[in-house]
Amino acid sequence: MTALGVFAVLLVIGFVFGRINEAAHFVDLNRREARLSHMVLSSSKQVPSGAMDTSFVSGNVVVSIDYYKRILAALKSIVGGEIGSYQTLLTRARREAVLRMAEQAHSNGANYVACVRLETASVFQNEQGVGSLEVYAYGTALKTDN
Amino acid sequence: MSQIQLSNLETIPGTKITKHLGLVQGNTVRAKHLGRDILSGLKNIVGGELHAYTELLTESRQQSTSRMMDEARALGANAIICVRYSTSSVSPGASELYAYGTAVVVEPL
Repeated sequence: MTALGVFAVLLVIGFVFGRINEAAHFVDLNRREARLSHMVLSSSKQVPSGAMDTSFVSGNVVVSIDYYKRILAALKSIVGGEIGSYQTLLTRARREAVLRMAEQAHSNGANYVACVRLETASVFQNEQGVGSLEVYAYGTALKTDN
Repeated sequence: MSQIQLSNLETIPGTKITKHLGLVQGNTVRAKHLGRDILSGLKNIVGGELHAYTELLTESRQQSTSRMMDEARALGANAIICVRYSTSSVSPGASELYAYGTAVVVEPL
């Protein structure tokens, strides 16, 4: 009975705080992305002519899913199909990592990031298989004329 | 200590590669520690960013990068091109961060 109570409390805490955190994060991401809208990000190796002041830039973030969504995902994996809860988590993490990289490029005086590479890894997994996800974004920041 | 330029492009814009010195690499395996783990247990309930782990991995990546740069320096390089990173989970609670690239000598155009 106690175990069930704890489970229910965790589920509610996860649901409420997870939802609040996620909404706040998306608002924050939109605001910061709008501020850096002049920054050109490219995954191509081609560099615009006349580029200079090369610097290596990167950004990373480690995120974890909330309790409610983890249970939801576990249930979903019985029947298969798309797991929406993990999808939004990864979207948030990727946008955050790319943004941190762009912010570093901006503080280096660059307006272009070439050869952007993204890497996702499951890190620090414990015995129960509950781990965190890390997204790492890196690229070469440049200064172009236009 | 000489400065090593890093780039994940195949060139360093504004310079000319005069010599290729081959592959250089650096790695580190890091485990999380208990104090950070308790806090992250909490985060596993409410979700969101785990700042302690973000910092830990940033530090570790810097270490593997500086090991790669030391190797390049020993070869007499002044830049590393085509830098790539890779992260893998090697055992429960530990991660490996690996950096590799090509050491080169560049000259301004």
